[in-house]
Amino acid sequence: MQWQFSNDAPIYTQLIHQVKVGIVTGAFPPGERLPSVRDMATEAGVNPNTMQRALAELERDGLVYSQRTAGRFVTEDNTMINTAKRSLAERHVKTFLEAMLRLGFHRDEIIDLIQQELGEEETDHASA
Amino acid sequence: MPVLECKGLTKRFGRTTALDEAAITVEPGRIVGLLGPNGSGKTTLIKLANGLLTPDGGYIAVCGAAPGKESHSLVSYLPERTAIPVWMSAKQLMDFYGDFYQDFRRDTAEEMLARLNIRPGQTVKQMSKGTREKVQLIMVMSRAAKLYLLDEPIGGVDPATRDYILSTIIGNYNPEAAVVISTHLIADVEKVLDEVVFINQGRVVLQSTVDDIREEKGMSVDALFREVFKC
Repeated sequence: MQWQFSNDAPIYTQLIHQVKVGIVTGAFPPGERLPSVRDMATEAGVNPNTMQRALAELERDGLVYSQRTAGRFVTEDNTMINTAKRSLAERHVKTFLEAMLRLGFHRDEIIDLIQQELGEEETDHASA
Repeated sequence: MPVLECKGLTKRFGRTTALDEAAITVEPGRIVGLLGPNGSGKTTLIKLANGLLTPDGGYIAVCGAAPGKESHSLVSYLPERTAIPVWMSAKQLMDFYGDFYQDFRRDTAEEMLARLNIRPGQTVKQMSKGTREKVQLIMVMSRAAKLYLLDEPIGGVDPATRDYILSTIIGNYNPEAAVVISTHLIADVEKVLDEVVFINQGRVVLQSTVDDIREEKGMSVDALFREVFKC
């Protein structure tokens, strides 16, 4: 897992986001046991209480669950993981759109640009 | 019971007031940053907490008792300057700490030294500055203390050593103990901290959690510090 932090948001919300990304991308596969809070905190270079807080929140959302003595596990519920994936994607799209509108692009121009970019990618793949 | 508590704590050196009615509470399980510019009173506060200085006024307590002979067994202190005898070998250093402190966890120290590839026979004199800092921190963190007082643990070392020191602090986290880290290198430590105490000209100007600051101000502690202490 690659952990990265920005300066303008609370660390625990950034941790929630990054663990979510880890679950969605399979860095933390469904049903798998998560490392201990201390190990995850050490790896991310963050305060253990902050990591604990983030994991507790993910637990409330149902993406991870605790088993009394065995530790914390990633949910096996694929619907839930897909919902998380979808909401992460929507967030990216929203940020992208805000930036494009700020640059002065209109709806149709944005769609054109995306299609053009996707087309180029396809030709890239075809020639590769 | 707080691990460290002070109220109205005052310390003067001649005409200079180094600490002016400082009030701080540090609960168990917390990692607290004591942040302030040079000469703000950080080291004075740390030295009062470990009994190296005595206050001129106010109240200070470690686990409910005034700092003194008894609190030495509760407090593990990393001074600002490297203070380990340079002629000692790593093994002698562990013997030394073991003799002085009943709570010294030799296994922990040996394991951490081995991970750094430091041989037991290697003397402190043969070590680089960065390695000396690491070894001293290993000794301090290998004690099962209630309060760790780290005075500028990451000043004057390279970024890789900085990372090592910070991950050692996180790796030794104990929910029953508290860690106080004094520094002005805030950007580096902020993610490791629960709370920060801003101290300026001997006065505590702010005590808050890192995420509360980020949430309420929409900026990092480092950015807030630069704003508060703008020259």
